[in-house]
Amino acid sequence: MIAAILSLTALGLILGLGLGYAAKVFAVEGNSLVSELVEMMPGTNCGQCGLAGCGAAAEAVVEGNAAATVCPGGGVALAQAIAAKLGITLSLDGVADKGPMVAEVAEEICIGCGKCMKHCATDAIVGAAKQIHGVLHEACTGCGGCMDDCPTGAIILRPLPQTLRDWNWSKPALA
Amino acid sequence: MGMLEMLNGARWGVHPHDDHKRPAADVPLRVMSLPAKLCVPLLQHVGAPAKPLVAVGDRVLRGELIASAQGNVSAPVHAPSSGIVTAIGEVTAPHPSGLPFAAITITLDGKDEAIPLIEVADPFSLEPAEVSQRIADAGIVGLGGATFPSAPKAQLGRKLAVQTLVINGGECEPYLSSDDSVMRERADDVIDGVRILMHATGAPQALVGIEDNKPEAIAAMRKAAAPFATIKICPVPARYPMGSDRQLVQVLTGKEVPSGARTASVGVLVNNVSTCAAIHRAVRLGEPLTQRIVTVNGGAVAMPGNVLVPIGTLVEDLLAFVGLKETPARLVMGGPMMGAALPHAQVPTVKGCGGILALTAAEITVEEPSPCIRCGSCVKACPMGLVPLEMAAHINAGDYDKADALALDDCLACGCCAYVCPSHIPLVQSFSHAKGEIWKRAQKKKRNEFTKGLAQARVERLEREARERAEVAAKRKAARAAQLAAEAAAAAAAIEATGSQESSI
Repeated sequence: MIAAILSLTALGLILGLGLGYAAKVFAVEGNSLVSELVEMMPGTNCGQCGLAGCGAAAEAVVEGNAAATVCPGGGVALAQAIAAKLGITLSLDGVADKGPMVAEVAEEICIGCGKCMKHCATDAIVGAAKQIHGVLHEACTGCGGCMDDCPTGAIILRPLPQTLRDWNWSKPALA
Repeated sequence: MGMLEMLNGARWGVHPHDDHKRPAADVPLRVMSLPAKLCVPLLQHVGAPAKPLVAVGDRVLRGELIASAQGNVSAPVHAPSSGIVTAIGEVTAPHPSGLPFAAITITLDGKDEAIPLIEVADPFSLEPAEVSQRIADAGIVGLGGATFPSAPKAQLGRKLAVQTLVINGGECEPYLSSDDSVMRERADDVIDGVRILMHATGAPQALVGIEDNKPEAIAAMRKAAAPFATIKICPVPARYPMGSDRQLVQVLTGKEVPSGARTASVGVLVNNVSTCAAIHRAVRLGEPLTQRIVTVNGGAVAMPGNVLVPIGTLVEDLLAFVGLKETPARLVMGGPMMGAALPHAQVPTVKGCGGILALTAAEITVEEPSPCIRCGSCVKACPMGLVPLEMAAHINAGDYDKADALALDDCLACGCCAYVCPSHIPLVQSFSHAKGEIWKRAQKKKRNEFTKGLAQARVERLEREARERAEVAAKRKAARAAQLAAEAAAAAAAIEATGSQESSI
């Protein structure tokens, strides 16, 4: 009886200490996947996903609370990259990759209030108070955040105009 | 084909049974009458587009600079004839997409007045850098179709001390004979251009590779090159794509250009024969590149042949000059293997345009693709030693990375694989599509990094502004406090003064 108690106690102590030691030595600091995912994301914290920025979105994806297609700004390419990273199968149903979009200011409606300028995460909108604003195509991520702030609805999203440089052959339908 | 070729991988390419080069190649060169207008594009070369120097309404003369080169790899553009600039804007590009690109439209006055040219009697007395500068100023680009600016290429050759100049007279594309025509009619110009290029690059020898299906050109070039021991005319077997620089270098020098590298890495610089003729005119006569020989061929053309055309001539004007027997089923700029199908005939000819084909329905029969039977014909045909069937399978499954791992980047888009495919699989389109997608992905990544940087910069700016505002506010507060204290002190002093006055009364 005493021998059993002692041996089990010793066993428990040894294993417990072993586990405790292992937990200290092999500890993982946070979840490295989250930071890797943040690295892949657009990083403009535009909020189109409905979450509080890219960090929150990455966390949600890793924890399984959001799909790999969570980021509208990243499009299909990012969804595929995330799915490959996490080793999950990707369902692209209902994800329409509209291609790159850019915001455009309708000059006849713009009152030059400057609200959109303050909202833009990438400083893509230029202009001054009471002046018509313009959007720098190369800096605009097409997140659409400025649209909600515009009191006159002067901002619309448009697909980036196709040029010779980025035109591509369609994928041939093979048998 | 010998045993050795089978072993060392030099067995490549295709040999179309009828190359359709004759009778067009045998018709003497014609000079096109001036059209009513020319649309001279600003991007006719690899690199940055030229920047317009003229305004609408300006009168320009033949040879006048109308757009200057932007950056190192770029080329200027000159007016091909005299007239008034009537538009600077977009015209349809000679590209299957039908998308527009920028061009200067000149309405010609028919007088064809030219600016005076600065001739150089002895180009070999010039410094090599000066020769390169004259080539650059004349807007010379590779006329074989790749359109890489010739001056930076020559400079690169000099920097890397290339030992051999390979002059490309392969012209392996069926239907085309513009290089053939240049060699037959202007062999002396070509050889002089080769000598000037040897001087500019410092290469001690030049090998001129000409496919053996052009005996007249070989004879003319041999005659012109006879006085120069350093220039060797080398007939090569007619096999497509012999006109590809890597293949021609391998056949002529036995050297294989490594994957992803340029021919200069094996000590060879490749230039086309038409480019050499243009270099002769540019350096010796001071004449900029404003015209070129274009093969007009195909079943729908009434009088096929080679035509000297001002650059910027609309394809419809060129077709009107040679006449059409019937409405063409397809228009192609370049050869049938690698050329670009044109959306319509209102597109301008460019520096790199060696041919315009007006093909009949019988010439373009399109077969329905059927499943790959894994016969391996495409593997045997590929001049780059790739595995087209595997790459196409990966691309079809949407896995571009796997296709890329099979050296998709090395694909020349020569079309040999699609030509031999018994299942008529559009392999080249598949590869072009995948290359485009991979490029787009890289672009998107770059853009993402750029906007991420902008977002970062904005956050930092907002923090800095907030900090500065706080500092200014604190300073103001301190100043206000100091002022208040001073006022209080002054008031106290005043009260004290009045107090003492009062007390003194």
